[in-house]
Amino acid sequence: MDALEYVAPKSVEEAVACLAEQGEGARPLAGGTDILVQLREGLKQARVIVDIKKAPELTALPETGNGEFVLGAAVPCERIYGHADICRSFPALVDAARIIGGWQIQSRASIGGNLCNSSPAADGVPPLLVHGVTCEIAGPGGRRQVPAAEFCTGVGKNVLQPGELLVSLRFPTTLGLCGSAYERFIPRNEMDIAVAGAASWVQLDDSGETITAARIALGAIAPTPVLAEEAAEWLVGQPAREESFEEAGQRARAVANPINDKRGTIDYRTHLAGVLTRRTLQRAVERARGHRS
Amino acid sequence: MKSDAQSGDSAREYKVLGKRPIRHDGADKVTGRAIYGADFQITGLAHGKILRSPHPHAKILSIDTSEAEKLPGVLAVATREDLPDLADKIANLGEGAVNLAHLGRNVLAHEKALYKGHAVAAVAAVDAHTAREALNLIRVEYETLPTVTWVLDAMQEDAPLLHDDVYTDSMGQRGDKPSNVSTHIHFEKGNLEEGFAEAEVVIEREFKTASVHQGYIEPHVSTALWNADGHLTIWTSTQGSFTARQQTAELLQIPVSQVTVVPCEIGGGFGGKIAVYLEPVAALLSKKCGRPVKMTMDRDEVFEGTGPTPGSFVRIKLGAKKDGRLTAGEAWLAYDAGAFPDGMIGAGSMCVFSCYDLPHAIVDGYDVVLNKPKTQAYRAPGATQAAFACESVIDELAEQLNIDPIEFRLKNAAKEGTRRVDGPVYPRVGLIETLEAARSSDHWKSPLEGPHRGRGIASGYWFNIGLKSSAAANVNADGTVTLIEGSTDIGGTRTSVAMQLAETLGISAEEVHPQVGDTDSVGYTDVTGGSRVTFATGLAAYHAGLDILRQMKERAAILWECDAEKVTVEEGTFRADDKAISFQELASRLHETGGPVVGRATVDPAGPTNGFGTHIVDVEVDPDTAKVTILRYTAIQDAGKAIHPSYVEGQMQGGAVQGIGWALNEEYFFDDSGRMQNASFLDYRIPTCLDVPMIDTIIVEVPNPAHPYGVRGVGETPIVPPPAAIANAVYRATGVRMRELPMSPPRLWAEISRHESA
Repeated sequence: MDALEYVAPKSVEEAVACLAEQGEGARPLAGGTDILVQLREGLKQARVIVDIKKAPELTALPETGNGEFVLGAAVPCERIYGHADICRSFPALVDAARIIGGWQIQSRASIGGNLCNSSPAADGVPPLLVHGVTCEIAGPGGRRQVPAAEFCTGVGKNVLQPGELLVSLRFPTTLGLCGSAYERFIPRNEMDIAVAGAASWVQLDDSGETITAARIALGAIAPTPVLAEEAAEWLVGQPAREESFEEAGQRARAVANPINDKRGTIDYRTHLAGVLTRRTLQRAVERARGHRS
Repeated sequence: MKSDAQSGDSAREYKVLGKRPIRHDGADKVTGRAIYGADFQITGLAHGKILRSPHPHAKILSIDTSEAEKLPGVLAVATREDLPDLADKIANLGEGAVNLAHLGRNVLAHEKALYKGHAVAAVAAVDAHTAREALNLIRVEYETLPTVTWVLDAMQEDAPLLHDDVYTDSMGQRGDKPSNVSTHIHFEKGNLEEGFAEAEVVIEREFKTASVHQGYIEPHVSTALWNADGHLTIWTSTQGSFTARQQTAELLQIPVSQVTVVPCEIGGGFGGKIAVYLEPVAALLSKKCGRPVKMTMDRDEVFEGTGPTPGSFVRIKLGAKKDGRLTAGEAWLAYDAGAFPDGMIGAGSMCVFSCYDLPHAIVDGYDVVLNKPKTQAYRAPGATQAAFACESVIDELAEQLNIDPIEFRLKNAAKEGTRRVDGPVYPRVGLIETLEAARSSDHWKSPLEGPHRGRGIASGYWFNIGLKSSAAANVNADGTVTLIEGSTDIGGTRTSVAMQLAETLGISAEEVHPQVGDTDSVGYTDVTGGSRVTFATGLAAYHAGLDILRQMKERAAILWECDAEKVTVEEGTFRADDKAISFQELASRLHETGGPVVGRATVDPAGPTNGFGTHIVDVEVDPDTAKVTILRYTAIQDAGKAIHPSYVEGQMQGGAVQGIGWALNEEYFFDDSGRMQNASFLDYRIPTCLDVPMIDTIIVEVPNPAHPYGVRGVGETPIVPPPAAIANAVYRATGVRMRELPMSPPRLWAEISRHESA
């Protein structure tokens, strides 16, 4: 790790200008829980570290009306699970925020950073997919929006172009009886990377017995986190009970395209995709029913 | 935590032993003041880093360090050229002999890099960043070679050959061509054929285990100062300051008296901090630049450059009569030694049947080199792999014969007079007592209820050794005693040794102030290993105490103007006729009776102290994911005499937890090219505190006849039973017998799936 320059721009525009000027040699710093380790281990190089936490938009978490939230890309996990409205509306995100690292890490690490690191095993990403999140990106040419499901393009790769910065994540309003959940499988009970992960979101009819909409996203089973669209579509109109979750789990396995590595085998990860889909659907439904008055 | 110290046939009342005084080094440890290797600072300190081979097997054609030497801030560069090339020379390191040519080549590669992470060159610079930068400027030309990382593959005729100077030593016979098989061991007892002919049930099974690392939290760290007067001083984290001194001196071809090794506090070793890695390299760099040089490994260097324990293949065949009596046993063991010969096969072969009274047996063991780091001792080195195999088959036999697994073991348990397959006959040992304690434990008597749950049990053995220890003790005028001993303290031994001196003198543990001396301030002492310190260094302290008492009786005689032979001493009070004087008061009068009193002793007790243990474990296996949860765990062990029961319990708990990690998740994961893929604590999964329950302990005390207080070693035995006990429990939970370690979720799930579809 060579000597680094450190800059802390005060606005998104300033940060973008700085990134554009420095080109490949500049790296944004949010919580730093990935980038600092990668620099130290020589996996990534940088001349300039651009600390984006001084730009107010990146650490803001406003409700913009009707229950829609905009999560600044550098907001740490700890502020997510400490936010009562977020906990009520976006529990899959909260599940992830609670299990990324320990307390010290959660005070620094952000969901935006988790997304930009673009690991297939990122705990923070499948919840963004099921919550229908839109990514706000700022760059030298202005701003653009990209659905979270299209953000990651490969292992460690994403749609950000040189000079571009992820500014925020927009969580749309949830209506009706909605619930969601995220769960990962790890061999230990802490200090581990997901062997596989799944997030599920469901909307139930007023009786709470029938699924009216669903989304399922899987992590660590393909080069990027992916939506299991066929399984989710099949769930629409199905009774919200164990047999449906089981069947959806079986169907979700179809999108699994994992690898054999130190954390698991192809067969095992594919199997886990089904197990975790079933378990998260069950929990999502329980949570949705909890909103019945 | 429960702990019932059951006194065996020991009826002796002790004043100090068996109590739980606060450890003498406790305040320094909990306040962060203790000086570990990395804390050591000295004026003018330079920092060294090591360049390591990216290839698991390659010829080193050339090393060009010229660009690195030119980098500003670089002070010295060292390569194979700087280390004397030693012909095959064997040095006895106490717990084992070492071939110096191999040790030197492990410290800095010569002709070939034999594993990924093999040290190739070293740089000292003004700071660690500059040293790291300089490593990138060293040009090494490699010619890569085919790689082998699995022991059975390495034994094949057409396997890539690691060394052209290693020939199979088969019970003294040398093979006729170079081979990866460096040693073949063969033990025999009785008549195997006859034994199997008598058997009514015979079970034969094969087992595999992955390489696992000792996993000490503190990475290797050493600082060396080659002084202008030619004297070399090394501050290091080591299990043996004298062995570190000897290895370094031999590798550098200088007299041992030219080297002083100062042992720092040590953050775990488990056998992995006996061989030197950084010490001779830091010394070479210091000699070149004239400044003290500190070298600290990163975690990936610890995994890739230092000793794991062998990966193994073991085949076990056992025969028994219907009444549960074992009639014969056959074992075939192949252990990898890593890149250089002399791994752990000897101990593994001796331990495989060590718990049982087998009338007929044959054991064949093979030591095999391959492209992994040189294996090092790891807590009962070689015994855990063997016990995993043997205790699994024992469990299966007991099940087939419908005999309770404890009763089955009791029928066949090794006891006083049992001859082990490799020859020795046991004196009084405590295996039966641990099994009886298991049978009457609350754990065994409590039914295990619920689906997907199972209970397993297994026993284990480790020799424990004696070897050489020295101690000196100075009596202070206030009645306290300063103890200087040479055993680096890994497990609280400063206190357990001091307690034995206190007991001998009749004073309190707090009145003894123990210190671990460096190699210039205490007599020769062998490594902290082989579970020997509380036994052997404790014995030295006991004899040093007797030496003090003898001298102080003479002083009392001077005071009382009587014959020294008339003076007796008991519990710290000297008496003659109607006169009495306390140890403290007599200590205050030493200066008027002839001057200071220093007690001293050296010991070299022969023979093992024979430690047996039995573990019980309850598991639950998640039917969806095959993840194993340890619900309850009880470790039972014969400690001979538990000097400080908390430290005995700590050893039992620590060993059990390491064994749980070995059983469930720990493994070196290699890709197809032979490169380790998980050289970090993130992906090399030792258990965290959230992964294990409190480990309950039951200390059994069957005094060791070869020690005045009955002490047996306790540190190593507790890692031996866990994998077998867990495998036996997993079987009862799932119906699947796991014969490969680790029983990680993907592997167990695959076995359960295969079992269910069959």
